[in-house]
Amino acid sequence: METNYIIYKSVLVLAVFGITLFIAMYSTYAERKIAAFLQDRLGPNRAGPFGILQPLADGVKMFMKEEIIPDVSNKFLFLLGPSLAMLTCLMTGAVIPWGSSVAIAGQSYSLQVADVNIGILYLLGVTSVGVYGIMIGGWASNNKYALLGALRASSQMISYEIGMGLSIIALLMSTGTLSIGEIAAQQHGGHWNVLYQPLGFLIFIICAFAETNRAPFDLPECESELVGGYHTEYSSMKLGFYLFAEYINMFISSAIIATLYFGGYNMPFIGRFVHDPNMLVLLGTAFLFIKIAFFIFLFMWVRWTLPRFRYDQLMNLGWKGLIPLAIANIGITGIVMWWLGKI
Amino acid sequence: MTIYLFYFLSFLAILSGLMVILEKNPIHSVLYLVITFFAIAGHYLLLNAQFLFAVQIMVYAGAIMVLFLFVIMLLNLNKEAEPHKNNAMKFAAVIAAGLLLLVFVAALKGTSELPAPQESVGDIGLVKNLGKVLFKQFLLPFETASLLFLAAMVGAVMLGKRDTK
Repeated sequence: METNYIIYKSVLVLAVFGITLFIAMYSTYAERKIAAFLQDRLGPNRAGPFGILQPLADGVKMFMKEEIIPDVSNKFLFLLGPSLAMLTCLMTGAVIPWGSSVAIAGQSYSLQVADVNIGILYLLGVTSVGVYGIMIGGWASNNKYALLGALRASSQMISYEIGMGLSIIALLMSTGTLSIGEIAAQQHGGHWNVLYQPLGFLIFIICAFAETNRAPFDLPECESELVGGYHTEYSSMKLGFYLFAEYINMFISSAIIATLYFGGYNMPFIGRFVHDPNMLVLLGTAFLFIKIAFFIFLFMWVRWTLPRFRYDQLMNLGWKGLIPLAIANIGITGIVMWWLGKI
Repeated sequence: MTIYLFYFLSFLAILSGLMVILEKNPIHSVLYLVITFFAIAGHYLLLNAQFLFAVQIMVYAGAIMVLFLFVIMLLNLNKEAEPHKNNAMKFAAVIAAGLLLLVFVAALKGTSELPAPQESVGDIGLVKNLGKVLFKQFLLPFETASLLFLAAMVGAVMLGKRDTK
């Protein structure tokens, strides 16, 4: 039993790890293709049919580039920056329920690595630690542009974390649990949280855009003002790690949005057509990935549609727009729940 | 297993705590302090206080230390800019720290008379139980503390506001 359990968890961890990296890798390809589509171009089409080997070619290019570590920088911290960025973005996958339980030979195997009962707090904690990767990297580069980019990134992330946390509080009030597995299970049968928390969802997704440093909030790497932002001094695969971490963050945020607000692995009416429980679980996982793919597409769609914010506009939106709205949302949720007699 | 983890975390906390004060570079000091906070968060987890663990990481390691880093990075402290303290100040600091040590030693002296800690510490640290205790048994202190935070917040906003003359 004990070894069985360890093997099952290790396989699950490795699978989540591999799938995350794979999807992040192909997100880079998808981004370029979608950008090309939106701008009436062809996009990458040289490596393999339709250019599907492009991510591999990009990866090889990144590894082959000359690695430059600035002489005046602190070498250890310079290396720690991208490693931390990569570490924190991969840690969140552990608490996301990728599906309900599969039953094999009388044993039930949950498709969630760790169903901790503080799942959401864990997510917020990892997000807040994620700032260090950018900050340490930006400081250790010993470059003014990199430092400014790092400061922008961290103040932006701290500001939007508040809005994100407050929008989640309203969600927690209506679900009554901190466990992400339970929140996903509660949305069975079309009771998706987005129907009960539309405003909370809107605030959450805006904050998710800012947390992942994606356009229109990609001010930390605003080329027109900061050369390259916090990764100005980075080259070779260390730059690759920073860029890759952004795509992993995007994938994980999409997974969190899909799980918290859009039913996770649940799909209404599917139980009428499929009756084999294991088949249902696998279909549920497939649906979750379809939802995630949609949100990744949304991230890219927005990036290639909206222009970048100015920094004061970003801060105004975060502090004077989203935080009061999120607090109002908490109040409204409380009043409605009291009115419906749920508390 | 737990006992080894406890020793490891304690070792880490004390070592990085020492490094905070021994390290010359202020940025390195802050980073060691972050490690200390993580080690303490690990202790909370060993005590089954999951909520405290999450809050320790979110608030101390995540938010407060990032603000510390912010300030130090912007000040760009180096050897030339370091303010020199005179001997009277150093002497006062040593006396104050020595007195604090005395208090700690006095507080620890009585611990041998305490009953041995129980193996399982229960699940008071879980969010559900903690919330019930906070909002039922300790409602008044909890609300008073939140008023204090509100006052601090208003004060911070007032200080940050520029004079509009």
